[in-house]
Amino acid sequence: MKTKLFSYSQLDTFIHRLSGLTKLICFLLLTTTVMLTFDIRIILGVMVLSLILFRVAQIRFSQVKVMFVFVLIFILTNFVLTFIFSPTYGVEIYGTEHILFVITERYTVTLEQLFYQMTKFSKYLSVIPLGCIFFFTTNPSEFASSLNNIGLSYKACSALSLTLRYFPDVQGDYHTISLAQQARGVEMSTKASVMTRLKNMVRILVPLIFSTLDRVELITNAMELRGYGKHKKRTWFSYKPLGKNDWLSIGVCLAIFLFTMYMRFFVTKSLFYNPFI
Amino acid sequence: MEQPVISFKNFTFQYFSQAEPTLYDINLDIMPGEKILIVGPSGCGKSTLGHCLNGLIPFAYKGKITGSLTIKGKETKNESIFALSKNIGTVLQDSDGQFVGLNVGEDIAFALENDCIPLEEMRQRVNQVADMVDMKEFMGRSCQELSGGQKQRVSLGGVMVDDVDILLFDEPLANLDPATGKKAIELIDDIYRKTHKTCIIIEHRIEDVLHRDVDRIIVMDDGRILMDEPANEVLASNILIDHGIREPLYVTACKYAGITITPDMHAENIEKLNLLGNEEKLRSWYTKAAASPKEEAHDPLLEVKDLSFSYDGVVPVLKNVSFTVYEHEMLAIVGKNGAGKSTMSKIIVGFEKPDSGELILKDHNITDMSIKERGEVIGYVLQNPNQMICCTKIYDEVALVLRNQGLSEEEIRPRVEKALSICGLAPFIDWPVSALSYGQKKRVTIASILVLEPKIIILDEPTAGQDYHHYSEIMGFLRQLNQQGQTIIMITHDMHLMLEYTKRAIVLAGGHKIADTLASEVLINDEWIKEANLNKTSLYTLAHKAGIEDALGFIQTFIAWEEKTR
Repeated sequence: MKTKLFSYSQLDTFIHRLSGLTKLICFLLLTTTVMLTFDIRIILGVMVLSLILFRVAQIRFSQVKVMFVFVLIFILTNFVLTFIFSPTYGVEIYGTEHILFVITERYTVTLEQLFYQMTKFSKYLSVIPLGCIFFFTTNPSEFASSLNNIGLSYKACSALSLTLRYFPDVQGDYHTISLAQQARGVEMSTKASVMTRLKNMVRILVPLIFSTLDRVELITNAMELRGYGKHKKRTWFSYKPLGKNDWLSIGVCLAIFLFTMYMRFFVTKSLFYNPFI
Repeated sequence: MEQPVISFKNFTFQYFSQAEPTLYDINLDIMPGEKILIVGPSGCGKSTLGHCLNGLIPFAYKGKITGSLTIKGKETKNESIFALSKNIGTVLQDSDGQFVGLNVGEDIAFALENDCIPLEEMRQRVNQVADMVDMKEFMGRSCQELSGGQKQRVSLGGVMVDDVDILLFDEPLANLDPATGKKAIELIDDIYRKTHKTCIIIEHRIEDVLHRDVDRIIVMDDGRILMDEPANEVLASNILIDHGIREPLYVTACKYAGITITPDMHAENIEKLNLLGNEEKLRSWYTKAAASPKEEAHDPLLEVKDLSFSYDGVVPVLKNVSFTVYEHEMLAIVGKNGAGKSTMSKIIVGFEKPDSGELILKDHNITDMSIKERGEVIGYVLQNPNQMICCTKIYDEVALVLRNQGLSEEEIRPRVEKALSICGLAPFIDWPVSALSYGQKKRVTIASILVLEPKIIILDEPTAGQDYHHYSEIMGFLRQLNQQGQTIIMITHDMHLMLEYTKRAIVLAGGHKIADTLASEVLINDEWIKEANLNKTSLYTLAHKAGIEDALGFIQTFIAWEEKTR
């Protein structure tokens, strides 16, 4: 069976043991850090860190291969388009011009442009492993309980955790239905025109929606029969209070964030790190 | 005098969406600590009765109630679904769909979470309950990874954690293979004996439930209670068969042999059954196993050669399985949940590619054919018709595959009409699909496959969740189809189906083929039964009770008789 997207895999690693809330905070802190800076030293630092964490979380590359390929295509396209639309942006930013070679007058490849684009490229690349770690190591119910604990409505939290929990099931349904329709000659490959494929998508979605509605009715009944929604709040079996490692992790990520801000405003005094002067 | 824990008085219920009441004038008292079985054909109102007890009616499904229903002396319609859930715990039929929690512990804890029980106390109570249902070692495991029987234990734990007085089981045996079903009934009985809770079981697989004693059987049809008697009385009457409910096989066999069942024969359980001098009748009814009537040899149609398959490349699901399907055959592939039988069918229809091995259809190697090409020669009918039907009109649904082949409407129409008339749906040709019953929808999906005139049709659990009436209807239809020359393969864990409708059966266990033989032989072979999680048929025990050594011959007599009388 195909590896399922967003499927939490249950392992016992340092990352898995962290609370879902910690993981969310750290994820947000690190991504904001990367978003707010063009200092390649910091970005590479975060990238190395996220790759190490990826290892620690024991995520296999095969689990994220599909996602990775899509993202790679996206950022490569982005790389090329950036060059096509603003080939001299690097020069504007860094204020110097080291020409490597000339394609046409407008498209002159400069060291500055290359450096700028590489920085941007690594920004994306350092965030992706973090996202994967978050999705693959966070127990949906535990995460929901943390969110509830910081004040989000418990109904919203339960809905979130159920969605994550049923996502793989619905995905499985989709797979079966799609195959059954293909066996009946519904063309889903690129052989068919876009219009036909869209129409054929509907043929899969109709049974999918109906079987999902069946699921929803069943789970709603099952939940009500066990007292869901009785009180204005609920407790969580899988709730983990924040431990020493949680505070430590948040502390480290916060430090990285503050350090970046310090560099940005007091050391380089600019969004960009400029190696050319 | 003791007060009844549940009491219906002149209770009538009508869904707002229905023109007629679903329950009529129900009068029923259930005493604390009783164990009750409620039986009836689909649509008889037994599930509605269950919904009334647990409060889904009137709080989730709206309708009009007259008369009264009290639980522990309180009128239910004045309570809330939450208050009711403190008294009555419901185990729903589809254990997969009712898991709220991600892992075992969390799912058992759900009712406590909603009660705002603090974490410490919750952990303690969950542990106790997990111990009671024997799932303690599995606390951290994901619910989806459990076996069918373990899932049932978790669901039971999830309602027991609330310390309810009444346990309600809504078709607990659906989707379980025979041996697991038997264990589920034993589990319910053990819990019942240990805790003295009132138990209500709604089920139509009556022979399986009666594996352990019940105090009373309540027979329902058309929204009314027809009979409310101890099991031996119910089985001594003809009420079950008259209302489309399957009797235990041994009871049917006794009746075929001309034995009148009386209450003192204790027909509620094959072990307890006392033939009271009627053994001779059975002995003279049965005819020796005719040296199994040689089938006229048909040509091989599909050859499966040395098939191996694994989903993740680590755990093999099928290991070197080979067998042959002959033309005009009706074949069953049986085995327990997870034995690889569904995987086998997916490989045959091309949904999955085998790691090694070949599929030969009439001298053509079809191993590398695409799903679409394969679909033209081998049709696959999914278990749930809702997963197949994608058009709103019946005609369009059946015509879909022909339209995809680019045929003209003039060519399509006669073929759709033919397929629909084979399936007995000709009068409905212009109807919307939504107007059909579940069984009719199933036939629409079969018609939508038949229209291509495939060489083989594969059906995944064709009768899952159907009562005896619909079961006979679907199977009768498939038999007819088979007699017209259609080759059919059925994937099933329903042993009645295999015994009565198929000549040959292939038994899979742990990814191996362990038997390829006459269907009637499978159910008397201890080794196969054990490996494949099947149960020995009660006919075997009956033959022994009557002093008949040749159990196989006895079973074959039974099947031949069934075919004749149908």
